[in-house]
Amino acid sequence: MRLWLGLGLLGLLALGAVAAPWVQQALGVDPFTPDLFLRFGPPSAEHPLGTDELGRDMLLRLLHGARVSLVVGVAVALGATLLGTAIGLAAAWAGGWLDAVLMRIADGMLALPALPLLVVLAAVDTGRFGLPRGEAAADIARIVVILTLFGWVGGARLARAAALTQLAQDYVAAARVAGAGEVRVLLRHVLPNILGPITVATALAVAGAILAESTLSFLGLGIQPPAPSWGNMLANAQELVFSAPWVAFWPGLMILLAVAGCTLVADGLRQRVP
Amino acid sequence: MPDATPRQAEPMLEVQDLARYFDVSRPWLQRVLAGEKRRVLRAVDGVSFSIPKGTTLSLVGESGCGKSTVARLVVGLYRPTRGRVLFDGQDLEQARADAAQRRRMQMIFQDPYASLNPRWRIRDIIAEPIRAFGLTPDKAAQTLKVQELLTQVGLSPQDGEKYPHEFSGGQRQRISIARALSSNPEFLVCDEPTSALDVSVQAQILNLMKDLQQRLGLTYLFISHNLAVVRQISDRVGVMYLGRLVELAPAETLFTTPRHPYTRALMEAIPDLEMSGRQRIPVGGEVPSPINPPPGCPFHPRCPLANARCRAEVPVLIPARSTPEALVACHAVEEGRDQPEAPLPAQRIGTTATAL
Repeated sequence: MRLWLGLGLLGLLALGAVAAPWVQQALGVDPFTPDLFLRFGPPSAEHPLGTDELGRDMLLRLLHGARVSLVVGVAVALGATLLGTAIGLAAAWAGGWLDAVLMRIADGMLALPALPLLVVLAAVDTGRFGLPRGEAAADIARIVVILTLFGWVGGARLARAAALTQLAQDYVAAARVAGAGEVRVLLRHVLPNILGPITVATALAVAGAILAESTLSFLGLGIQPPAPSWGNMLANAQELVFSAPWVAFWPGLMILLAVAGCTLVADGLRQRVP
Repeated sequence: MPDATPRQAEPMLEVQDLARYFDVSRPWLQRVLAGEKRRVLRAVDGVSFSIPKGTTLSLVGESGCGKSTVARLVVGLYRPTRGRVLFDGQDLEQARADAAQRRRMQMIFQDPYASLNPRWRIRDIIAEPIRAFGLTPDKAAQTLKVQELLTQVGLSPQDGEKYPHEFSGGQRQRISIARALSSNPEFLVCDEPTSALDVSVQAQILNLMKDLQQRLGLTYLFISHNLAVVRQISDRVGVMYLGRLVELAPAETLFTTPRHPYTRALMEAIPDLEMSGRQRIPVGGEVPSPINPPPGCPFHPRCPLANARCRAEVPVLIPARSTPEALVACHAVEEGRDQPEAPLPAQRIGTTATAL
C-alpha cells in the first residue's frame, strides 16, 4: 500500500519532469524569459499556476525543477549506495587494519560539520579547472559529486554491518569448502542477502539528496538562476511569503511530495524485504 | 608417538600436533590503557590422529573443547597455528591449491538452517561445488547430476526448483549432504550434522550417512557431542578436553572399557541399563577457561584421581595398561592408579558431570 502510494507520487513527479518540454510547447510560453508586465500573475489559461516575481510561468518552472531534483536525488543515491556498499563489503571481508582504516574514515566524515563544508565545496569555482561555468548541467554534476562524497558513509556502515552478519553464517563457510572463490562468495552469496536493507536505505537516500540539493540551491550554492530548481525558487520567494504566497507554496509542496514519496517507498520496501 | 591406526590401511587424513590459537585480546588502545596483556585462546592445542581410508573417526567432547575448530582446520577454513594436516599424504595447503585434490574433501555443517543460502534455489546450492571446481561444464549434465544427487539422499528430483525455506531441518540436512557429495568427494568432515535435528530424524540422517559410506567408500571425520550417535557410526573415537585429545580408542573399546577419568565421566552421564552396576566417578566443577588453562593435565581440577604429578606434568597420549588398543593421556592410567586391586565399596550412584 505505502509502496504503491510512494511509487505513484514519484511516478507523477517523474512524468511531469519528462513531459516538461511538451507542456511548454502546449502552453506556448518560455519559463526562462522574464516578463515584468506579468509579475505575480494569477492562475490563468496561459499560466495554470500563475507567474512568479519576474513574470515567469510557475508550472513550467516547477516541472523543470523536478528534472533537477529527481536527477540529483537518484544519481546521488545510486552513486553513494554503490560506493558505500563496495567500501562496506571490502571492510567486512578484509577485517583487521583495512576495516579499521575505512571505518575511521567513515567516522571522520560523520564528524565533519556537513553543511558548512558543502557550502565551501559548492563555492569552488569549477571554471578554474577548465569545466564549463554557470551551466545547469555542470551545476548538477558538481552537486551530485559533492553529495555522493558525503553520502557513502551511511551505506558503507550499513553494508558492513549486514555483511559481517552474513559472513559469519555457515553457508559462507559451506561455499568456501565447496570451492567458491572469495569474489564469488562476496558477490553471489553475501551481496544478495544484504540487498534488502541496502535497497531501503537507497530509497531514503534519494529523499536526503533531494533535500540537500534544495538546501544548497536555497543558499544560492546549487543550481544557479535562471535555471529553475525547487530550492532556488524557494530562495527567490522568501521575501514574498506574505505578498504572493503561492510563489513559495508550490516549490515547497513539490519538495514535500518528493521526499514523502521516497520515504513511503522506503517504508513499503522495509515491510516487504526480509 | 604411537598410533592406534591399523597399519594395513593408508590414512586418508593425518593430523600431527595440530594447534590453533585465537587472539581474543581487547582492542589495542583499551588493552594499553588497562595495562593488560594479550589474551590467547588455545582452542586446539596439540592434537594428533589419523583416519584410515573408508573408516569413521569421531571426536567427542563438551562445548568449547575445540572439536569444531579441528573440523574447520581439517578442511582449511582456519589456518593452523602449529602442526600439520596431511590429506592423502599431501600437505593441506598444497592439496587445497589444487582443485582436483580439493574437491575430494567436503564438509557438512551443524545448523541446516544457516548452511544453505536462503536466496538460492536448491539446484544451484547442490551444483555449487560442481561449478566451482569446473567438474561438469555441460548444463544438461549438471542438471542430471543434481537430480541424481537429490534422489540419492532421498529427496525428489523436482525439489531442485524450491528454496531452502520450503524444507524441514532433516530435509535441509539431506540437501547439505547432496551438496557435499556433488564433487564426488572421498573424505567428509561432519560437524555435528545431527545435533540440530529431532531424534527420529537424527537416525534417518545417520542411516543415510552410513549407507553412503558403504556405497561410496567415504571416509568420515565426525564431530559430535552425542555419545549415542557416535557409538552408532564410529570405527574409532577421540575424546577431546580443553583443546587436547585425552583418549583415542576403537569405538567398542571406548564404550565398554573407557580408561581416562574424563571418558568414564562421560559414560556415566549416559543413562544406560547395561552400565548401571559399574563403579562411578563423580565429576564436579566447570570446564576451565581455554584462555587460562590449568598447568599439568588440563583435567586435574575435576579429576578424582589427580595427584601432585597431574598438577605439574602434562600427560601424553600413550597405549593404556591392559587395553593397549586405546591411547590415553593420563598419569593415573599409566601408573595403574585408576584400577584398584579390590573393588571399592559402592560409591554413590549418579554423577554431577555436566551433560554433554
